[in-house]
Amino acid sequence: MKTVDARGLSCPEPVIMTKKALSSKDSRYEILVDNVTARENVTRFASHQGYQVAVTEQGDDYLLTLTK
Amino acid sequence: MKNEKTFITAAGVIIGLIAAALVYFGNPANMGFCIACFLRDTSGALGLHSAAAVQYIRPEIIGLVLGSCIISLVTREFAPRGGSAPVTRFILGFFVMIGCLMFLGCPFRMILRLAGGDLNALFGIVGFAAGIAAGVFFLNRGYTLKRSYKMQQLEGFVFPTVQIVFLVLLVAAPAFIHFTEADGGPGAKHAAIAISLAAGVIVGILAQRTRLCMVGGIRDAILFHETKLLFGFIAILVSACIGNIILGAVTGNAYFTLGMAGQPIAHTDALWNALGMLLAGFGCVLLGGCPLRQLILAGEGNTDSVMAVIGLMVGAAFCHNFGLASSGEGPSANGKIAVIIGIIVVTVIAAVNSRRQEA
Repeated sequence: MKTVDARGLSCPEPVIMTKKALSSKDSRYEILVDNVTARENVTRFASHQGYQVAVTEQGDDYLLTLTK
Repeated sequence: MKNEKTFITAAGVIIGLIAAALVYFGNPANMGFCIACFLRDTSGALGLHSAAAVQYIRPEIIGLVLGSCIISLVTREFAPRGGSAPVTRFILGFFVMIGCLMFLGCPFRMILRLAGGDLNALFGIVGFAAGIAAGVFFLNRGYTLKRSYKMQQLEGFVFPTVQIVFLVLLVAAPAFIHFTEADGGPGAKHAAIAISLAAGVIVGILAQRTRLCMVGGIRDAILFHETKLLFGFIAILVSACIGNIILGAVTGNAYFTLGMAGQPIAHTDALWNALGMLLAGFGCVLLGGCPLRQLILAGEGNTDSVMAVIGLMVGAAFCHNFGLASSGEGPSANGKIAVIIGIIVVTVIAAVNSRRQEA
């Protein structure tokens, strides 16, 4: 499982990092973001790529678990 | 996902109609909103430049920041943060303004100019798209200004508070604040304070909720084939255009005039219209959003965006102090040199911040 730490980054960077990570074609990823816009954008992008996205709040951060 | 597109399209339609209405209520032609022009006018009112024709504290700017601040407090998205290359963001904001004032408008006004039939804006859009493509090229090569960090709550409220101070200065109009005299230029053309402020607040709220960004639409379409933001961009264009045609029919005045020559607060130099917006589009991608988006983020407590906005305001002051801004007659020689320098500086910033990072 791959983990991407995109905390503190503003869009589109978290989405670009997610896109690059997804090229490894794993079945499960964890993406860590810290703002709602990044959460929405990564969720939208991952859904378009056919992943299920589960969001867990971790303090001020959001952990997005992508599964296929 | 479909709901998001419906929402941003509806927001775009409302924003386009508000922009058209602001011109009816007194704003300069095709300038219901122009973040670059309005920040420039505010800089002038504060005496940062002395171009007498463009001095007025624009309540739309105040409203945009406060609208975003209020709604982000309600939705608990207000989150003071900063520390992501603030000085670089200042410089980027500075040169984005030089590009905008070469073209005579920010990306928002570019759409509104097109909606008013000003075909010079088409050259702006071509340059703008090229600038965005240049920015995307570096984004794909790992461009980043590194992460921001959480800051204390108070830090996020400083900029919105400054906007309230600006509002007080506007209403109180002390002698040291400069206002363009009646018929003295675009600075004298404005809707009533309450109307401008309300328009700013409504658009600020809609832009915060939808993440509307003029540069983001084309950027995301190139990067991810993601079209959500593009829907907002196009909705504003269509609704402002329809709003202008209706206003023209009802009032008998010219709100929509198709053509290139004699357009309000515009020039016909195709090359420099394109290069100005190329610089603006490129710089905005590196900043992560257009001038409107920077104001909205500033309202949410993002102090990096505050630095970009201050860069825009100082850039505007330099534009008028050094004769860089275009006029209806066309671009100035100094302005052309500044835009070339700007494109070089922005390219260097993009390149040195694109070194591949270890994963």
